[in-house]
Amino acid sequence: MSKTSRTSITMPSSAKKGAIIEIRAIAQHDMESGFRYSEGGKLIPRDIIRVFTCTYNDVEVFKADFYPGIGANPLIIFTTIATETGTLEFKWSGDDGYEAINQAHIIVS
Amino acid sequence: MIEPTLTHQTSRRNWFKQLQSLGVLALGLWFSPLTAFAKKEDAAKAIQEITGGKLVQDGKVNLVIPPLVENGNLVVLKVSVDSPMTANDYVKAIHVIAEGNPLPNIFTAYLSPRSGSAKITTRVRLADSQTVWAIAQMNNGSFYRGSAETLVTLSACTELV
Repeated sequence: MSKTSRTSITMPSSAKKGAIIEIRAIAQHDMESGFRYSEGGKLIPRDIIRVFTCTYNDVEVFKADFYPGIGANPLIIFTTIATETGTLEFKWSGDDGYEAINQAHIIVS
Repeated sequence: MIEPTLTHQTSRRNWFKQLQSLGVLALGLWFSPLTAFAKKEDAAKAIQEITGGKLVQDGKVNLVIPPLVENGNLVVLKVSVDSPMTANDYVKAIHVIAEGNPLPNIFTAYLSPRSGSAKITTRVRLADSQTVWAIAQMNNGSFYRGSAETLVTLSACTELV
């Protein structure tokens, strides 16, 4: 049972070679911590995004492990060096077969 | 003749009331926050697992969270490490640990010289007023740490739906 959700990437579409660019990646997800109880007193099972990776022309440049301590709709802001024109691929994967992929292009001059 | 039975009834009622309050008290102790939240030892254990018992030096790591948080559900956390981020000297990973959360680990970010800078911003949950730690793992195997204290008025993680 795989599921997915909306994601969004904010980053510059062009940059000078060697410049440090800031990337903001957000995914729509409840990040159910697994520590909460429903009104009936039942423990709500954990359902979170576990791993976020960013690849730059198929080379991994950033990875993060998420735990229940990350808030709902996880936003992560990180940096990378603009090395060449190409595609950045972002991938979120988590519990219950959750997977979301987003891409962004960059022109490096 | 009626009066004695009345007092007898009220005293029994009182006794039941007392028993009930005792029960509530016992339940309260059972579900006390101490059992639900990680203690400092848990955070120390999580740090121990990351470092493998190596010495963690203070400095280099700068962790920013608001000193007063109204709602612990969404707290902006910024962490940066003072590093040139070159092929010979860079930050391999940043681990963020919260002492007062049910699970001390918050996130781990893996960086490389291609990151350019060691700066991460994200939004976290904080269950209680506490100290949050950031541990930076350098490429040469050394560890640095930084911390920030915060006051949380509305807790996250364990509230009812």
